[in-house]
Amino acid sequence: MERYFQPEIETASREQITAWQSERLAKQVRHVWDNVPYYRKKMEEQGVTPDDIQSVDDLRKLPFVTKADLREAYPYGLVAEPLKNCVRIQSTSGTTGKRVVAFYTQHDIDLWEDCCARAITAAGGTDEDVCQVSYGYGLFTGGPGLNGGSHKVGCLTVPTSSGNTERQIMFIRDLSATILCCTPSYAAYLGETMKEMGLTPDEIPLKAGIFGAEAWSEEMRQDIQKTLGIKAYDIYGLTELSGPGVAFECSAQDGMHINEDHFIAEIIDPETGEVLPDGQQGELVFTSITKEAFPLLRYRTRDVCVLSHEKCSCGRTHVKMAKPRGRTDDMLIIRGVNVFPSQIETVLLNLGYGANYQIIVDRVNHTDTLDVQVEMTPEMFTDNMGEIAARQKKIVEGLRSMLGLAAKVTLVAPKSIVRSEGKAVRVIDKRKI
Amino acid sequence: MSVKQISVFLENKPGSLKALTAVLAGSKIDMRAFSLAETSDFGIARIIVDDVDKTGAVLRDAGFVHSVTPVIGVALSDTPGGLDSILRVLADAQVNIEYMYAFLGGRENAAYMIFRVADDAKASAALTAQGIKLVEPEEMANL
Repeated sequence: MERYFQPEIETASREQITAWQSERLAKQVRHVWDNVPYYRKKMEEQGVTPDDIQSVDDLRKLPFVTKADLREAYPYGLVAEPLKNCVRIQSTSGTTGKRVVAFYTQHDIDLWEDCCARAITAAGGTDEDVCQVSYGYGLFTGGPGLNGGSHKVGCLTVPTSSGNTERQIMFIRDLSATILCCTPSYAAYLGETMKEMGLTPDEIPLKAGIFGAEAWSEEMRQDIQKTLGIKAYDIYGLTELSGPGVAFECSAQDGMHINEDHFIAEIIDPETGEVLPDGQQGELVFTSITKEAFPLLRYRTRDVCVLSHEKCSCGRTHVKMAKPRGRTDDMLIIRGVNVFPSQIETVLLNLGYGANYQIIVDRVNHTDTLDVQVEMTPEMFTDNMGEIAARQKKIVEGLRSMLGLAAKVTLVAPKSIVRSEGKAVRVIDKRKI
Repeated sequence: MSVKQISVFLENKPGSLKALTAVLAGSKIDMRAFSLAETSDFGIARIIVDDVDKTGAVLRDAGFVHSVTPVIGVALSDTPGGLDSILRVLADAQVNIEYMYAFLGGRENAAYMIFRVADDAKASAALTAQGIKLVEPEEMANL
């Protein structure tokens, strides 16, 4: 039977959800108008006042907030509470530019941890479980978020943080950890390492994993599930909004329920800013309606995905977002073609390779080149040169049919692509444009 | 009776062959024969060693992708026409050779050929029928 952490909220009727959203949105807009001069100025420029925002339908009257706003207002410009009410900051890795610093009141942390607890419960977690949190602790939201969620569920929490793979495996085995929380690339790495140690899935006590903070494909999920002998669930979040737990996967493993009592989601056309209907792919935009310290109105995430209001088999009523297809800012444009690293990963995993690859984009004689480096695996190796060349050609053909582009495929030595214990570096763009 | 050859995947870049030989040297593995095949971005090192199982374990621990391939070893006299007489037997038996390499060793005036063929059994039978002696694995290890 499906378990919920907050059943009355997670299975609320659409009318109820909309009522919560309208009420909280109006209150939030008033809150930022009164306390954040930066927002008030933006709204004034758009000719909107809090009186214009009475319900969810009025949301589109509000201006967007982008990463550029966060940069401009750094560090305190968007904080909506006196600092004496704030108890913590978290920060992004700054991989796509300047760090984002987000602020929390105790109330904000509490609601954030509720969201993570919903995710853990949806993955089957109860107070009987041992939950190992191998996301980084510290400024990164992954560790603190899941740690708090795990406490709320009542799991025995093992705060290993990231890194030290041997110790991670030791704790998983010695304490019989049943739930693992980390990035999918680290889960794959842990699986690979345990396999090398000769451990079969039966000998690994884990039963579920909650993996997020980076893009991963369905094929990678299958791979991780097989190696670790678990169910792997996706979780989505952004530091700007709180951290992991903005949306999470349920037993259906088909899209992530957005916690709509805290966040209103929209899909927009990234070019025009126009709101798109359900089922259309576009940029995901969030409004946080319960955050006190660091509320964001219509924040453009740059993640590209689709929303679905279709009824879910798990009984939850909150809207589902598909796994982001990529980010508007990690989308590569190669010879005019939009390429997401996840598409390349899909081709490789379909052909039986591991998810250890790197994409190198360069420009030679004014033409973009795409070189996909793939690690050789024992399964793919043969003594026959012709056979290896044929397998290499198969990857090239797979990439051509997926992307419509000619790519060069280079087979490289195992473990020669740097493994990260946090986010994997998939793309090296050497183009100087 | 075929001999076991170890084939190792190598990237075609400076130092990758040295990385392999360093691992073998470190584990005191004695190579009987060595051959390298390459394309522009990768290569395969093919080696005949004194201890196949140990070499496999050492390479696996060091993170090299490798496989064990059955090959045929033939001793021939190191005189003009020595190789020709063997190739004639294989040609007559319609055996296709994927690759081959030679090494000198052990006894005086002895040369050895390693053949990778499409059909091991057929090749072995044809050679033996013509009185050509195949090198046994133990013999290879003790050369």
